[in-house]
Amino acid sequence: MSASMQVEITRIRDLAPGIREFSLSPAGEGSFPVYSGGSHIVLSLPLGARPHRNAYSLLGDPNERHTWRIAVRKQEDSRGGSRWLHEQAREGMKLDIAPPMNLFPLVRTGRRHILVAGGIGVTPILSQARELARIGADFEVHYAYRGPEFGVFSDELEALAPGRVHHYVQSRREQIEFRSLLSGRPLGTHFYICGPAGMVAASMEAGHTLGWPESHLHSEQFLAPAGGEAFDVKLAKSDKQFTVPSELSLLEAIEQQGVDAPYLCRGGACGQCELEVLEASGELLHHDLYLSAAERASGRKIMTCVSRLKGGCLTLNL
Amino acid sequence: MSIAFKPDETFRGDYSYRNSPVAIRRFPFPFPQDQYMYSVNIEPHTKGPAGSVFENAFDIDEHYVAEMRDRAITLERDPGRCMSLPHMIDAEWDTLELIMESLARDYPDLFQLHRDGARWSWINRPLGLEQTFTFGDVATLPCPPFEYITRQCQGDFVIMDQRDNDLWADSGMITSQADWSLMFDVGMSFKEWHGPVPLAHDMGIFERALKYLLMLQQGRPVRRLNWTMTINPRLDTSPETYPEWGPDRTTVTPDNVGDKVHLRVELQGLFRLPRSNGMLFSIRGYLASLNDLATHPRWAKRLHRVLTTLPNELAEYKGLVRYRQTAIDWLAKFDDGADLGTGTQPE
Ligand code: HEM
Ligand code: FES
Repeated sequence: MSASMQVEITRIRDLAPGIREFSLSPAGEGSFPVYSGGSHIVLSLPLGARPHRNAYSLLGDPNERHTWRIAVRKQEDSRGGSRWLHEQAREGMKLDIAPPMNLFPLVRTGRRHILVAGGIGVTPILSQARELARIGADFEVHYAYRGPEFGVFSDELEALAPGRVHHYVQSRREQIEFRSLLSGRPLGTHFYICGPAGMVAASMEAGHTLGWPESHLHSEQFLAPAGGEAFDVKLAKSDKQFTVPSELSLLEAIEQQGVDAPYLCRGGACGQCELEVLEASGELLHHDLYLSAAERASGRKIMTCVSRLKGGCLTLNL
Repeated sequence: MSIAFKPDETFRGDYSYRNSPVAIRRFPFPFPQDQYMYSVNIEPHTKGPAGSVFENAFDIDEHYVAEMRDRAITLERDPGRCMSLPHMIDAEWDTLELIMESLARDYPDLFQLHRDGARWSWINRPLGLEQTFTFGDVATLPCPPFEYITRQCQGDFVIMDQRDNDLWADSGMITSQADWSLMFDVGMSFKEWHGPVPLAHDMGIFERALKYLLMLQQGRPVRRLNWTMTINPRLDTSPETYPEWGPDRTTVTPDNVGDKVHLRVELQGLFRLPRSNGMLFSIRGYLASLNDLATHPRWAKRLHRVLTTLPNELAEYKGLVRYRQTAIDWLAKFDDGADLGTGTQPE
């Protein structure tokens, strides 16, 4: 499997005002890999000249190899991705995606699992619930949404956990009381939440106050997609000048120029790709695990596999 | 590619294990420089040159059949060398799928896999096995899926569960380890099982390696090399059987050192497992005697320098102290002091 794969949008369904579901299938031959509950994929959306990357949770059955499903809520104020998916995307279009990654995994040693979904945050909860149902685990789901018409996945959840799905409809002034939800739970219970930031924060606070261990409180996070803003680079010794586009790492951009740069892990850990910074008109964005705080502060070093410059031009001793 | 197996060679008793010249040439010599120190030597496990040990996800070589027999002997004596905690069952199936798919794709004349939905048929020609089973149904295999497939794949294996921002060694098939115990390490976390390793903790190596591994992505495995030395071509150098092999360290003499002392290199692969979000750690060991290595003088020179400059903490941890000087003296005759540059190539 390579770093990216091509998919075709095979079906678009409007589930509620501002909420659309997309079914994706492999663009060519072959089938999808399986994934674990809570995984997301990163879509590259053709917004303007450069692709725009957005992460979406996979909400279907993790063992389904022909169709993956995501659901997208239209964010009016965002500059990009969800608008494009609501206004421009059509069935039959092809997109590049990065394979599944799970930063919201279930804890398989857990004895009981409490899943909480707020609005469109239900998407990773769905695949988690499917996985828990498949392995026969003890779990319950709490699903909060704005009004009755927004509980778009209620039926699917009910089918997975009959009698164990609790609904909270905001327009009826129903709200999850995290204090009571989290109190008196037996040891070995794990809590998972995906929803609006305020709701997540409230649940974490309740958990901490009640003395839950950090390791048993889980909330969805997405990996910042690789890449970032474009910036300019000068290679002093090889006498080259070019722009690192948003979708490439500095290391990849140097390699595209045909210049040999050192590397090993390509993930910020090994230290091999370190280069000397001769000049930086802009802020160095260090994303590696290698440089010490003092080395970062000196502004003289950069790990090219993961780090970048914010605006301006970077001159490297290469 | 067809491989001439050596089904009768042994890794105990008369130690009839031998490397062919081809096996020596593809030996994963681990020293790119004259000095060795721990580092986060992890790189993408991408397809290497044809014939190299990096060509395929799981390397099968001329010792395959004999190694699998040696594993069976060890398991017969001590079934505890294969363990798996109950929550690892999805990860077991993930492992079976990954190995079967890889072997069938990379060695189509040796292994075949036919899938019809959940109905799978597996053919292993070198070992003469055929099995039809239902994927996901343990009762349709002669033993649990992890044990089933790792009895048929060279190398030791650990499966880690990922939780609480750490990796936990919750399954293992360990019959050819360099003196560590699965029984002891099972259920431990990344830094716990690395506890005995000197210097590396203070160098921040495990800290960085763990953070990197937690982000490992499906379909993008990574690898690293690790090494030690072993007296006689023995796979089972476990703490449990120490009395059987530990004393061999005192038997090395200037006359037999070339024959007895082996460089033992582990090609370690790390694979994110899709269903379970676990991680498979493959530890594929290679053994080459000093005589073997000396057929490529560049390697003999390099090893001479590495052993000479190896920090004492590492030599002690790896158990080389008793015979290190004997090995250095023997290797000295190959070393003219020429600059070798960097790289692990044999010439
Ligand atoms: C995640 C899977 C891994 C497992 C299951 C594993 C397991 C082990 C074990 C059991 C030992 C022997 C410890 C003892 O003496 O009891 C060891 C040694 C060691 N490991 Fe790992 N390890 C893993 C990954 C890594 C990684 C990614 C690194 C990267 C730096 C690493 C570096 C080392 C080093 C330097 C030693 C000492 C080896 C020697 O000097 O012979 N390990 N490992
Ligand atoms: S390549 Fe390893 S830190 Fe950049």
